[in-house]
Parts: sequence; C-alpha cells; structure tokens
Amino acid sequence: MKSLILQTASRYLIVLLVIFSVFILLRGHNEPGGGFVGGLLIAGAFALYGLAYEPKAARRLLRLDPRTIIGVGLVTAAGSGLAAVWHGQPFLTGQWLPYPIPFLGKLGTVFFFDLGVYLVVLGTALLVLLTLEEE
Amino acid sequence: MGWSVLGIFTLALFAPFLHRLLGRATGWVLALFPFTLVVFFGRHLPILPGERFATSWSWVPSLGVDLSFVLDGLSLTFVLLIGGIGALVLIYSGAYLGEQSGGGRFFAYLLLFMGSMLGLVLSDNVITLFVFWELTSISSYLLIGFHHQTDSSRASALKALLVTGAGGLLLLAGLLLMMLAAVQLGLPLETAGRISAMFSVNFQQHPLYMPILVLLLLGAFTKSAQVPFHFWLPAAMAAPTPVSAYLHSATMVKAGVYILARFHPILGGTLQWKTLMIGVGVVTMLVGAIMATGQRDLKRILAYSTISVLGILTTLLGVGTVQAIEAAVVFLVAHALYKAALFMVAGNIDHETGTRDVTRLGGLRSLMPVTAITGILAAFSKAGAPPMFGFLGKEALYTAKLDIETIGLWLIIGAVVANVLLVAMSLVVAVWPFFGSFRQTPKTPHEAPISMLLGPVLLAGFGMFVGLIPGAFDRSVGSAMSTAILGFPVEMKLKLWHGLNPESILVMALSGFTLATGFVLFMKLRPWLTHTLELACRLEPWGPGVRRAWQEGRLLHELTCRLEPLGPTRAYERLLAGLAWSAQGVTRLIQSGYLRRYILITILAVVGLVSYPLLHSIQPQLSQNAWQIRPHEAVVALLTLAGAIATVRARYRLTGVAALGVTGLGIALTFVMFGAPDLAMTQVMVETLTVILFVLVFYHLPPFVPRSTRRQRFRDLVISMSAGLVMALVVLATASIHLEPVLSDFFARQSLSAAYGRNVVNVILVDFRALDTLGEITVLAVAGFGVYALLRLKARQKGEVQK
Repeated sequence: MKSLILQTASRYLIVLLVIFSVFILLRGHNEPGGGFVGGLLIAGAFALYGLAYEPKAARRLLRLDPRTIIGVGLVTAAGSGLAAVWHGQPFLTGQWLPYPIPFLGKLGTVFFFDLGVYLVVLGTALLVLLTLEEE
Repeated sequence: MGWSVLGIFTLALFAPFLHRLLGRATGWVLALFPFTLVVFFGRHLPILPGERFATSWSWVPSLGVDLSFVLDGLSLTFVLLIGGIGALVLIYSGAYLGEQSGGGRFFAYLLLFMGSMLGLVLSDNVITLFVFWELTSISSYLLIGFHHQTDSSRASALKALLVTGAGGLLLLAGLLLMMLAAVQLGLPLETAGRISAMFSVNFQQHPLYMPILVLLLLGAFTKSAQVPFHFWLPAAMAAPTPVSAYLHSATMVKAGVYILARFHPILGGTLQWKTLMIGVGVVTMLVGAIMATGQRDLKRILAYSTISVLGILTTLLGVGTVQAIEAAVVFLVAHALYKAALFMVAGNIDHETGTRDVTRLGGLRSLMPVTAITGILAAFSKAGAPPMFGFLGKEALYTAKLDIETIGLWLIIGAVVANVLLVAMSLVVAVWPFFGSFRQTPKTPHEAPISMLLGPVLLAGFGMFVGLIPGAFDRSVGSAMSTAILGFPVEMKLKLWHGLNPESILVMALSGFTLATGFVLFMKLRPWLTHTLELACRLEPWGPGVRRAWQEGRLLHELTCRLEPLGPTRAYERLLAGLAWSAQGVTRLIQSGYLRRYILITILAVVGLVSYPLLHSIQPQLSQNAWQIRPHEAVVALLTLAGAIATVRARYRLTGVAALGVTGLGIALTFVMFGAPDLAMTQVMVETLTVILFVLVFYHLPPFVPRSTRRQRFRDLVISMSAGLVMALVVLATASIHLEPVLSDFFARQSLSAAYGRNVVNVILVDFRALDTLGEITVLAVAGFGVYALLRLKARQKGEVQK
C-alpha cells in the first residue's frame, strides 16, 4: 500500500504527533491528557508511519524494540514508587521537588510514573500493531 | 535465628553458580553452612527443660503476623537433625549425582527445603509456620520431580504436592480458627498468632475446639503420611536417594509429627485427641509394616517402614503420658538417624550395582565392606537390638504402652506385630544384599566413594554412641524436648539396663520376642521373596492365583501388590481423572473456538449477573430533568444510534467499520458534552487505532458472507437488546443512587493541595490509585506479549507449512 500522499503527509504528521503526544503527557496533571492518551497517540502516529512506508521503517524510526519499551516503562513506573519507600513512606507515595522547574511546573515522582504508563501503552500498542503490519 | 533461615535461602540462590564453579566438590563446600548451623545452635546444648530463646521481626503487625522464632528443646532437636543430616546429605549428593546435569538446580532445591524446614520448626507464629510448611511441600515437589523427563517422576511429584498441599490448606483453616478462638478467649490480635501465647488460654472448652483439632490433624496426617493419605510417600521414592533420606524419612515427613508435638500442650490430652490419634496411628503402624513386607524395591521397603514408624509416633503422641512422650522423643531421633543411614546405604547399593531390587542382590559384603557394616549397624538400631539407640526406643515404646490401662494390651499386641515385621524388613534391607552368594548385577559393584560413606557411617555410629551412653541424650536435649511436648517439666532417664522388676522383665521379654520372631520371619521371608523373580503383579484371577502363589511361596508379595492399587491410590487417581474430565467438559462448553459463541456467552453472563441484583434491590429512576434535551444533544444521540443501526445492517466490512466509528465518535462527543474530556480523548484514540487495526487485518479476512439464519438473527437481536437495556438500567441506577460523596470530595479537595495537580482524573490514576494503575499497565504489557506470541506462533506455523 504505497501512496505518495499518505507517505508525504505521515512524514510531517509524525513529527507533529510525537510533539503533541509529549505535550499531552506533560499537561496531563493539570488539564485533560496524561500518559495513557499520550501513549495511544504516539502509537497511532508510528502505526500510521508503518502503514504508509513499511513496518521496518517505523521500527527504524522508533530505534528501540517495542518489547524493550514495555520493559523500560514498567521499570520506570515501579521504580518511581521506590523513592517513597526510601523515605519510609508507603510504596508509590508521590515525592516532589520543593521548587517548580521552568516550563514543567512542579516536578515529582508522579511524573515518572505517568511516563512509565506512557511507555507501556506505547510499547504494547506498537508491539501488536507492528507485528500485525508485518504479517 | 531468623538470619540462619534467611542465610540458607540466600545460599540456595547462589547454589547453581557455585555448582558451575566447583563441580563435584559443591556438596562439601555447601555442607559447611548447615555444619556451621549445627555449631551455632549447638552452643545452646545442653538445653534445660523449659528453657526458651526467642527473637521476633515485625511483618504484618495489623494482622497479628510476625516472623517470630522460638528455640526450645523440641525445635533445637529438629534443628540439629536438619542441620546435621542436611550437611551429610549435601556431601552425599555431590558424589551421588556425579556428572548428571541439573546438579546446581538440585542443590538449590535441597537448600530451599533446608531453609523452609528450619523456618518451620523455629516459627512461633502460626501464619509464618504455615508459610514455611507450604515451602517444604513445594521444595519436596521440586525434588521428587527432579528427573522431570520421566512421566512417573512427574506424576509422583504431583501426587505428593496435591496430597500435602490439600492438607496444608486444611491446616491453614485450622490455624486461622485457632487465632480466632484465641482472640475470642481474650488474647490481643497482635499476639493471637503466637504459639507461645496460646499456652495461656484454654482452647479445650471452646466451641471451635473440634473443628480446629480435626483440621490440624488432617494437615499433620497428610504431611506425615498417615493412612489413608500415606500413598504419596512410596511414590515419592522417585526422588534421588539423598532426597528420600533427608526429606522422606528424617525431616519433612516428621513435620506433621512436629506439629502434633508442638500443639500437644495446647490441644492434646482430650478424649477426641486420643481417639483420633491412636486410631489413625495404630492403623498406619500396621498398614505400613504389612505393606513393607511385600516390597522388593529397597527404597519402597524403607518408605513403608517409615510410614509404620510415623504411625507409631502418632500413636505415642495420642497416648500422651509422660512415658509415651519420652518414647516418642527417643523413637523420633533414633529413627531419623538410622533411617537416613539406611537410605544412604540403599543409595550406595543402587549406585554401585544399578539395581534396588532386593531379590537380585546378594553377597556384596566383600565388595562393599564399609557399606555392609554401616547397613548392619543401622539395621540393628532399626530392629531395636541392644545396645543401639533404636533399642532404647523400643524399650520406651513397650514401657509406655504397658502403662495405659484399658487399651494397653491391644496397643502392645499391635506394636509387637508391627515391630516384628519391621525387624524382618530391616534385615531384608541391610543384611540380605550383603550375605549369601553373590549375584550378577547390572553394574560391577565396588565400594562407594568416601563422600557417600561419611553420612551413613556417622549416622549409624552416632546411633550406637547414644545407645551406649543414653545419659548424653536425655541430659542434652531429651528432657527439654519432652518438656516442650508435655508442657510441664520432666526429667528423662534412659537406661540400657533397667534392673530386675516385673515391668522391666516383661518389657525385655517383649523386646527379645520381637527380635527373635523378626529374625525367624526374615529367614522365612527370604525364600518366599526369592521365588518371585518374575514380576508378581500380573493380573490373575483371585482364586487359583492365590493358591498357586501360596504354593510358590510368594503369597505375601502378591497380596501387597494387589492391595496397593486398591487403596487410596485408586481414589486419588479417580479424583484426578474426574477433575480433568469435568474441566475438559467445561472448556469444551465455553471455549468452542467460535468468536461469536464467546461473545454470546460473555454478554449473556453479564446480563444475567447484572440484572438479578439490579431488579431486586435497586429501583432505577429517571431524574426530573431527564426529558430536557438540548438540540445538539439530540443530534449527537441520533447520530450514535444511526451508526449502530448502520453497523448491524452493513453488507460490507468497510461500511460496518465506518459506521461503528460514527457510533464511537458520537460517544466521544457525549463525553465532551457532559464534562469528561479525558474519556473523550481516550475514546477518540481508541477509535483511531481500531481503524488502523482493521485496515491491517482487512486483507487477511475471508470474504464477508452473512451466515446466520433469520431465527439466529432474531435471537441475537433479543440478546443484544436485553444487553443494551440492562446497561441503560445500570446507568440510570447509578444516577439514582445517592452515594455519600466522601471519596469524590476527598479527591477534589486533595488533588491540588496534596498531589499538586488540577486534573483530578489523572491525579487519581497516577497518584491516589497509582498501585491500581501499576497493576493495570502490567496486565496490559502481559496481554500485549500474549498477542505478540500468538501472532508469532501463527507466523511460524505458516512458515513450516510452506517448507
């Protein structure tokens, strides 16, 4: 399924979609959005790219194997909870930096948890979609 | 104490690496640890009656669960047995396994067991005790199934696991009831699980006493192979011999006896306790002894005689007098020593000759002199010949039984019968293979290596040492152990020679009679068994078969061979087969392989399960402003509806998917209109991905043909309408129930101040309920890998077909 229009469009779209998905991820804490939607969005972007070119191209662009991404995501999410254990609080209690970071606002372990969710959703959706595309 | 348990578990983790580094020397190196353990705990020797050492780590204090350990006479004896025999078994295993693959795994399992058993006997908390109890069952399962390539090995392992595992569940129920009763009797929850605290309350008048007792006994009986749960133990002989020596004679099977001994001061002494224990114990003692006589496999003989001894121990604990408990103490320790030695001797014979069939063995004494002497020593101890430790045990046993008034006579007769058979069988195991004329065996036998001699020699030698200096035993641990079981201080005095009084003369006469009769039986048994060189378990009609068997002198073997499968083994196999059969039926019913059938069943189940409580308890009501519909809402609703109808009526897949997308987007719009933008976003994304997915599979799908008949379509319509109706009612019901807004208030209030986020939905997901989310993404990842594996599997199958 080679379509010049789809290929050209997806080359520009994927950049926008990746930026947008990160934006969605970051704003999630205060506005609608978050790791789950962000992850689905970026997965859709890569799936579209794979559809327009070929799955291999999407994998090249992704650099990491989706399976690795799932693993990294799970470790990030679970690991973000350990900071609280270190401080003697229950697992997964949010820990926050005392001062806001420019552009990001207040930064805490909760952000890394959301990042983990983002990565797991992205990895899982792409694992299924890309494998199907390769069929 | 906790550290020693933890240390062994850690060592178990590293055992495979050590094995790779050290090869055959692993056993010697690993044995250092249990040896250290013996020294470490040995510093408490001699332990005084009633002396206790305790440590405790907090675990789940709110549920009264902690890692509390107590060392008293009873647990110290067990610890020394576990550590001492464990060290010897590790050394033995190194040579026994040799160059076999999986040695590292074997050592890891063995150490896992050692740690669990240690934890079991040291635990003071009933929940901790149960955890270790289960761990011993699991490690036993892994060890029995060590040769996992063979079917019989796996079946035996499963048998042991299912029997002891089921018993473990009953035990857990009993222990929890005990905690409940303890709380009702006035113990605070934090200490209600402590066995040491349970001494202070009186369970025996509590209404739960009977259920507690029965559940506890069932747990102990399955573990300690009491009739009718004994059948797993002979099957467990599929394990490598060092495992049989360690788990299935010296330690693990005694865990049940340990529990009975541990709870004796709390639950024991009642009529129910005595009746159940003596009844089951005597039957086990006799069944074990009788079944042992018909076996020809060395290990199976030992297994059945172990069952018999466990029966004797249960009986003694049931009797519960001071003499009986003392007898149990002596017998337990003596048995652990000589039976482990005998198993190792049997292992040596098996290892060197290649067979365990006793009828194929003979005349090995000049080829394996050390093994022969060790075997004979151990067998003498087992037979209860003076001056061995086993002799003291037998004397104590008879003295104890003579003591009881009403049923004493019957118990004595039973004990004498069982012991006569045991004497004969111990001679069969340890004397027969070494004497007589030499027989050709599969391998050319020669003496076993030093590491395989050390264990049996030390154990048998120790048995004789204790027999000669009995005071060393009762002063160092014996008295303290009896005290721990009885619950009040006693002083134990073992003697080889009791002097001349009517009772001791009678006991000695009984001992002498047992030995003599056993020896005569052995001389008789030898020709009886030797005649049966061919496999005796052929299916013959009972009548003439029995007569011929008698003439040929193999009646005993025939009978036991026929009895074995008739017993509980048969019930177990029937049960297992029935379970598999019903599981298969249910699977066939539910999982037909047709997607439409799955969906049908799922929807029907949901409708059924939801509508029942809905119609019975909650009255869904329309709110008052339900009919105030704004124009754009009506448009979206109509669009969604139209999409659904178009999906159902579509003649092409593409049309169907597009129409379904309309419905999905309509729902997303609804979410937007009613203030759920997060849901709307996710819904849109899911719709998008669904379309991509569909495009991907579109080419692979067969042409779309409507297959259903008019009737089926009508049925589907009814089902889907009812599903829709139920869902609508659920929505109405949730709207009409007035819930206390505690939670939503809490989240709304705390979201910004405690979690620094204005989006409450997201804050709940990643902060307040982060653990749930962590679980969900884990499930998601697992599901993703599942789909991936299925797709790959299919791709590979296709590839194979093409080749």
